[in-house]
Amino acid sequence: MREIIQNIKNLSIGFKSQDGREIAILKNISTSINRGETVGIVGESGSGKSTLALAMMGFAKQGLYPISGECIYKSKNLLDLSDRELEKIRGKQIAMIPQNAGQSLTPNLKIGYQVEETLKLHTKFDANERSIKITELLNKVRLPSPNIMAQRYPHELSGGQQQRVAIAMALAGNPDLLLLDEPTTGLDVTTQAHVLELLNEIAKDTKTSMVYVSHDLGAIAQVSHRVIVMYAGEIVLDGDVRQVLRSPLHPYAHGLLNSIPKLSLPGLPAAMPGTPPQPDENSKGCSFYERCELAIDRCNSSKPELKSISNSQTKVRCFRHDKLEEKELNKKADLILPQKSSEQRVLNLDNISITYARQSILDQILNRFSDKNITVKDIDIDIKKGETIALVGESGSGKSTILKSIAGLLSIKEGKINFKEDVNLSPDVRHRTNAQLRSIQLIFQNPDESLNPSHTVEEILSQPLKLYFGLNGKELKNSIIDLLKKVRLSGKYLYRYPRQLSGGEKQRIAVARAFAAKPDLILCDEVTSALDVSVQAAVLKLLQDLKNELGTTYIFVSHDLAVVRAISDRVAVLYQGRLCEIGPSSAVYKYPSHPYTEVLLGAVLEPDPDLKPKLAAEDIVEEKPPENGCSFQGRCPRVIGEKCFKETPPWQISNQGNAIRCHINIKDLLKNQS
Amino acid sequence: MKNTELETIEEKQISTFDRVSEVLIAIFSRPSGMIGFSIVILHIIIAIISPLIVPYDYKEINSLIMLKPPNETFFFGTDQLGRDVFTRTLMGGRIALFVTFFGTIIAIAWGGFVGIFCGLVGGKIDDIVMRIIDAFLAIPWILAMLLIVVILGTSTQVLIPALGFFYGKGIVRVARAATHDVIARDFIMAAKARGHGNFSIIWNELLPNVRDAIMVEGAMRWSWMLLAFSSLSFLGFGVSPPTPDWGLMISEGRGLMSFAYWSVIAPIVALSSLIIGINLSADAFAKALGIDRTQKAPV
Repeated sequence: MREIIQNIKNLSIGFKSQDGREIAILKNISTSINRGETVGIVGESGSGKSTLALAMMGFAKQGLYPISGECIYKSKNLLDLSDRELEKIRGKQIAMIPQNAGQSLTPNLKIGYQVEETLKLHTKFDANERSIKITELLNKVRLPSPNIMAQRYPHELSGGQQQRVAIAMALAGNPDLLLLDEPTTGLDVTTQAHVLELLNEIAKDTKTSMVYVSHDLGAIAQVSHRVIVMYAGEIVLDGDVRQVLRSPLHPYAHGLLNSIPKLSLPGLPAAMPGTPPQPDENSKGCSFYERCELAIDRCNSSKPELKSISNSQTKVRCFRHDKLEEKELNKKADLILPQKSSEQRVLNLDNISITYARQSILDQILNRFSDKNITVKDIDIDIKKGETIALVGESGSGKSTILKSIAGLLSIKEGKINFKEDVNLSPDVRHRTNAQLRSIQLIFQNPDESLNPSHTVEEILSQPLKLYFGLNGKELKNSIIDLLKKVRLSGKYLYRYPRQLSGGEKQRIAVARAFAAKPDLILCDEVTSALDVSVQAAVLKLLQDLKNELGTTYIFVSHDLAVVRAISDRVAVLYQGRLCEIGPSSAVYKYPSHPYTEVLLGAVLEPDPDLKPKLAAEDIVEEKPPENGCSFQGRCPRVIGEKCFKETPPWQISNQGNAIRCHINIKDLLKNQS
Repeated sequence: MKNTELETIEEKQISTFDRVSEVLIAIFSRPSGMIGFSIVILHIIIAIISPLIVPYDYKEINSLIMLKPPNETFFFGTDQLGRDVFTRTLMGGRIALFVTFFGTIIAIAWGGFVGIFCGLVGGKIDDIVMRIIDAFLAIPWILAMLLIVVILGTSTQVLIPALGFFYGKGIVRVARAATHDVIARDFIMAAKARGHGNFSIIWNELLPNVRDAIMVEGAMRWSWMLLAFSSLSFLGFGVSPPTPDWGLMISEGRGLMSFAYWSVIAPIVALSSLIIGINLSADAFAKALGIDRTQKAPV
């Protein structure tokens, strides 16, 4: 029998609504965490996964309180303990690693001091022992030269390094249980892979139990032994990681896995219909009934229990899980057919350079250009009508900067933006003609930000219609309803405010607003990264459908390589504002030739515990692009010598059609890849 | 499986009336808002109907009944000229309320517009305008007001715009700060990318989002302006006798306060209750709007 670290019995947590009803966020959760085990808790936003993790250290967010049940740690119910008693447990025996380490570190104290504070609190070391311990801890989380690191301030560290410091602080008290709330969500892919690798090693070395909360099945797959899937405040599936991710026995888990775009499978993932129920909706039956394809009448009238399945550790909350085994996983709804990409040009970026640096007055007078570490440089892309081209890269790669300059919101320093055949677009949005403005539209990352909170859907959609087509009255209203239909929403949304819509609905409105202008080109800036996976799939499908229907061209900016794989015809990989590789998606994903593309694709996490990411390059972060030579010189695992640092690499084109910028011969590059 | 997405029932539009009544209900549901709002409304009603209900003529001087203490014929007693203090107190808020009400509207209008505009355009224009505002903020308002009143006279046509100007400066700062909160959000960038002009962005995108902050600030400024107006009257630069005004009444009765307290107590209570009422309502108003703003999306 394995030792149980924490035992949760029948836990319900909720809040009182304004009319005095008790509304449960977590409903009858019973589970336990064993010593040395890493448990992944996965679910979409609002599923209660963070609330559960916080309850494991006896904490409820403001406004929430435990309704019933127990969280037993060392034979004490954490929910009954006083603050004084909890203080002794928190941080020392049960530690938490927050999502955004940058915000959880005090900005004006040195790293070493902050780690020392934790040590003072939880250990009885004297000053000397503490300083040794700090070095040891920073070493453990593999920060380079720990003694120097300890003297630095949080802002001098990169996001990944800050996360490592947070892990070091959590380890300071030698905890039995480590709670991680989306610890890698804000990080770049390569950094994320390194942090997960580190967590795995720590788990192995220290035998600490971990609870890893995330919406990202890829990350969960890399670290967990056991996975708990949550839906609407309930555990719907609890089982071994391989069992859950390979043959999920709950229709929700099945749908979730199907809706994740994967590198290995091109094409759009299958979307899940509907939205999760509200916490105050109290149905008698299964909470997933509304969205379930296998639902029968019994599912609506009585609630399934979380039951163990014979001959395995798996527990599932479903009447019809046996029917799921027949269903195929990794089935794709649509494969994107190779586009009949016309030769007609929509946009041409001619040698574009962009800088955020201010020119000095002297430089302005002499009209010269002095920024040596220019943010975006030498971007040359030809965009054909009807294609989807994706700009891919990590944060700081200049992909959003390029989009903004195409939209005219950021002026370019050198080069030209040519629209259609021969129209030279002004770099400033104020000097563009109405027709030019109309033909280029933007969709933003976060619909909460891009939709005016004090406008109704009607007002939001009428802005472009009034501006570009001068519509009003009946005609305007009909066009708005047409637009809503186009994005699969009904007329009942007309008078709603953005706050009354779900995330997916909001993004649909944002898409409708872009299409209202009947544009030739739509710039999509990370349009799905603020959405839940199941919603993301639906939005991607909508974008694809609209493109097929209207022949729009997309420039799709994303950091998520799997999403890009699902939707794009062509991919441009950027590093530090320079193009590394560009080519048809099929070629780039199958034969990634540039060392950076190779690193980037290697670090992508797949929801499969046996597909480990390849960690080729170091996850150091470069603050500014190099003055000379190749943009990837700082991290490249294949540097061949002086040439890489001095000369800008030439373009090479492979047989598959992808063009790369590297000094190494493209054939040798492909050969070297294992 | 139920398909919820293709229902075609059209939901009703929320009218402005609904929104206003929602805010009013929120104000009245808190004790501070309830008390404050009632006081303000009572004052406004009295100011409007007082000429019809007062028992005596406010300017009738009677040397036989000078400084009578409160009794059943003169509820609040009489002043040093034998005028009825009750009558004069009821009517004493009329001009103050009139001047400061329109002064506040002017302050909100110009302060709000300049603040939003500076917040939106930024750069040199913003720098210059804000430095001018700072310079004005550094001048003690009472000196500047006295100067204006001495040069241009004490008519309401002078006082309303003068007070409106001085109390708009603070609103400029608040409106600009509120605009800065909104300006960084993507929907402003979306509007710019669509090619809307500055005024369209101010009117359609910014104003609905900063309106609340400006209205609340305006309500606070109203109470300050009322105090300023009464101070001017107190100093003899506001309303000229024999027109009844609280500030003036306090000034006239001040010297006799030790043996005829009733001639100053009534206007002091009237003035301070109005100011407290406005402050309480502004506070409740802000909280009512705050509740409205934090309403989260259902999912």
